Amino acid sequence: MSTTPFPFLTVLVLIPAVGAAVVALIPRQRVAGWTHEAVGIAVSLVTLAVAVTVLVRFKTHFAGYQFISDHIWAKSLGIHWSLGMDGISLFLVMMAAILFPLTLLGARAKRDPRSFVAWVLLLEAACLGSFVSLDLILFFLFFELTLVPTYFIIGGWGYARRGYAAIKFFIYTFAGSAFLLVGMVAVAFLHQSQTGVLTFELPALMHTHLSGTAGVLLFVAFTAAFAVKAPIFPFHTWSPVAYTEAPTAGSVLLASVMAKLGTYGIIRFDLNLFPQATRTLTPVLLTLAVIGILYGAVVACAQRDLKRLVAFSSLAQLGFIVLGTFALTSQGLTGAVIQMVNHGLIIAALFLVIGWLYERRKSWQANELKGLQWSAPVMAGVFTVVMLASIGVPGLNGFIGEFLILSGTFIVHRWWAVAATFGIIIAALYLLWAYQQVFHGEPTERDKTTRDLAWSERLIIAPLIILIVFLGVYPKPVLDRITPSVNQLIAHVDQATHTHQPPVATGQSASTAASGSDSGSTPGAGGAR
Amino acid sequence: MSTLLFAAASSAYGAKIHTPHIDYLSILPILIMMGGAVLLVTVSSLFRQVMGVGSATFITVGTAVATLVAALFQWDHVVTHGAKVTIAGSIAYDGFSVFIQIVVAIAMLLTALIADGYLKREGIDGPEFHVLAMLSASGAMLMGSANDLIVIFLGLEILSIALYVLAAFNHKRAESGEAALKYFVLGAFSSAVFVYGIALVYGATGSSNLPQIADYLSKNVVASNGVLLAGLALLLVGFGFKIAAVPFHMWSPDVYQGSPSPVTGLMAAIAKAGAFAALLRVFVSSFGTLRADWQPIVWGIAILSLVVGAFAALVQKDIKRMMAYSSINHAGFILLGVQAATARGVSASLYYLFAYMFMVIGTFAVITVVARDGDFGHQLTDYRGLGARQPLLALAFAVLLLAQAGAPFTTGFLAKFTVVAAAVDVHSYALAVIAMASAAVAAFFYLRVVVAMYSPVGAVGDLSDRDAGELNANPTLVTSPANVAVSGHGQTEAVASLSVLTEGPPTSAVADRMVRVPGLTTVAIGLSVGFTIVFGIIPGPIVDFAHQATLLFT
Repeated sequence: MSTTPFPFLTVLVLIPAVGAAVVALIPRQRVAGWTHEAVGIAVSLVTLAVAVTVLVRFKTHFAGYQFISDHIWAKSLGIHWSLGMDGISLFLVMMAAILFPLTLLGARAKRDPRSFVAWVLLLEAACLGSFVSLDLILFFLFFELTLVPTYFIIGGWGYARRGYAAIKFFIYTFAGSAFLLVGMVAVAFLHQSQTGVLTFELPALMHTHLSGTAGVLLFVAFTAAFAVKAPIFPFHTWSPVAYTEAPTAGSVLLASVMAKLGTYGIIRFDLNLFPQATRTLTPVLLTLAVIGILYGAVVACAQRDLKRLVAFSSLAQLGFIVLGTFALTSQGLTGAVIQMVNHGLIIAALFLVIGWLYERRKSWQANELKGLQWSAPVMAGVFTVVMLASIGVPGLNGFIGEFLILSGTFIVHRWWAVAATFGIIIAALYLLWAYQQVFHGEPTERDKTTRDLAWSERLIIAPLIILIVFLGVYPKPVLDRITPSVNQLIAHVDQATHTHQPPVATGQSASTAASGSDSGSTPGAGGAR
Repeated sequence: MSTLLFAAASSAYGAKIHTPHIDYLSILPILIMMGGAVLLVTVSSLFRQVMGVGSATFITVGTAVATLVAALFQWDHVVTHGAKVTIAGSIAYDGFSVFIQIVVAIAMLLTALIADGYLKREGIDGPEFHVLAMLSASGAMLMGSANDLIVIFLGLEILSIALYVLAAFNHKRAESGEAALKYFVLGAFSSAVFVYGIALVYGATGSSNLPQIADYLSKNVVASNGVLLAGLALLLVGFGFKIAAVPFHMWSPDVYQGSPSPVTGLMAAIAKAGAFAALLRVFVSSFGTLRADWQPIVWGIAILSLVVGAFAALVQKDIKRMMAYSSINHAGFILLGVQAATARGVSASLYYLFAYMFMVIGTFAVITVVARDGDFGHQLTDYRGLGARQPLLALAFAVLLLAQAGAPFTTGFLAKFTVVAAAVDVHSYALAVIAMASAAVAAFFYLRVVVAMYSPVGAVGDLSDRDAGELNANPTLVTSPANVAVSGHGQTEAVASLSVLTEGPPTSAVADRMVRVPGLTTVAIGLSVGFTIVFGIIPGPIVDFAHQATLLFT
């Protein structure tokens, strides 16, 4: 043990988990009412500190997994406690670590803070665990573990139809996971039959040889779970009701962090394990992504309920992330990864502001709110920045991701990119329209007396605004860390898809894949054919 | 005396009767368990006046611990000296049988702890409860060790007859008698079917000894094996009844509901352990060569159990009925391991039985105490507000229910994972997916109880802080066609009507008072929860234990 490096990732996962238990064990009586929240915030800040340490120590131009900790967990089942991080998961972990303390600060529970804080911390442990798991079953455990706290957060602290929303969320996601677990076990057994080793570790399994049909079926099994979780059209029907009925904290965490578990799962597992099936099914997923983008945007236009509007805009945004992923180009995938982080920051800010608005006015209906820019100028300003970032205005973070995704897709799948671009235009339409409704116009008496953001709320939203602007102006440090891992993944996909080509092409494609340039290798293989 | 008789007999007929050599070590736990029962019934008859429930519990716990120690000693012995068959080939002394002895001994220990408080509360004076429980436990253990169809039947009957009486044990409750009668009539019927099955198998293969049957089947290709298959089918019906698999499950909701709550826990744990042990040994090891014939049937039974168990549990208002259907669902999961008919499947089933034993007994321990004096408070409404009144009890119950739902980092998840892995291993993908999907449905009704516990007693339809006007305005704004379709086609109504189950008045006026949790019951619940969580987080020891037990399978 003395030679092993400090297990940063294990600590990162365990701190919130232990914190949740501690908070749950502090009695309600005999301590001040704010104790539980204070402990919870402290725990999440310590987690953030560990995450920042990891970020600082992260080796920038290294494509593989870092901070690996690997211990046998259940020997005869082949399950390992295997954690690791690369450029793809690094910023998702950072995003989660930043958003959890902000959520605990900015979206406090109306009642029973003890249970609430404990559930949120458990959710943080589960989310962080999912992002850093390299063992399939370990990932599944964390992935499933997110359901329980989320169920209780929606069902316990949500709004009127919270019971319905919680159950619908739970059943949809759990049913999706049924396929995922079976698929994971099947991959491991196929690997065992080829190599004689039973393991669920991703680095080992990614070299499993799969026949075309098996690969496609397994891809579908995995993607079913991730598509529900994300959600990707047409598996999204749980999300508007869950986002709307959840308390603000639930909406923030569902849309910003947990939605990314789905898209992250696709990138981490589908692309690594089933590169050939990924290529085969690319048109399907691209089409679903584009439908999601356009459908989400059009439906969002028709919403007068701000929370539902954001929910559908989120569906459109996730469509972009999927589009970038399945472009299977370095740019597109980098864009998808950075857009996951950007979308998380943007939508967290949106839901927080809408939550604060609701606290003041008890309404999310855009037509009941008018001219708030006179009474709440800071809120209007914050909303403007976040909204513009969401639309993808250059200089703010949303632009970087969308630009990379669209340009990465345009190279290889031109017409999908063109169709998706309309989504951006419609996004501008519904967001600006919502802004007009709420912040412009002639304020009524109630609107005039609406309080502006308090100092505490401004301090909570400030980090998000700073990050939104910073990532928009200077994304290079982030891109530098994401790109090596993305290029390696794209190279893996290319290499695997080319091994099926006639032998003449193998040497050629291997050399091009090794150089990491995917656009060069595609025509190379085509020429050999 | 007996030697004299034997001597007389041999001299009279000129032939010596060969009594088999009895390897007492191989049946030591069973002997201890039976001996404990005999001891207790003797002591309590002689000292009726001074014997209370407490001393009977003491003897029972002592017996269970001694059985456990003996079984652990056996384990050590089997690991070092290897497996064998003893007592003229009728008893299998292997890792598999020792595993079952351990599971049943622990189940007995926990049940004795729970029953103590129950008997005192209900004012039932009776060491007989413990005597019968120990006898039924010894029957289950015998089933685990049996290497001969006749011995399996012997164990089955010892197990069942004691359980019939135990089901009727609370004579103050009419349901208890009804449950016992139903259980007895149907149980006797299934025993008859089982015996007929043994007869047919004997007729077809010429032996009731499991290794000899296997030997016969591997050496002979039976051209027309109608009798054999009919016998196999009847055996399966007999086992199906004991494990409460659909379509042989009809008795279980009524019996689970009517039996005294600690008995239900015991029944769920040991009847399953014993019957599944025998089922695995008979079908996987003896009739393994015929697996192409029986696997599709078990496949169908597994799917029916999974689906019927999960969906029927959704509409139950009585928690014990709900648990009965949940136990049917669990039986479906364990059948996944049987259906696989591989070493992996056997070890998965064993692990599942072990994990399930703790979960179900712990669950029924909580049900016992929440039911209050008279054992009647079993409506879901009786659980409302438990989280606020008795947070630790509610937390323990929540953990046990979530574990049964398959929540990560509990033994419940690993149990489901291992059986699903076994099914996938033999390419039963559809079965595996259906099992997991049924787990999603099952999670729903477990969560409903948890939610009921954490909602206040009086709160019905509280709208928190949202205006009613807004609510009315909301549905008209739903423009997503998918959403309209969902809410228009009754899903909302179904969910609404299901949530009604946890609302309405509780069974008793005292429902919002604290329930008393006896010290020994606390220990039992603590052990169950501890096992479920600790070995969920550190799965190695128990998983490897079940794995090793399978390797030492004769």
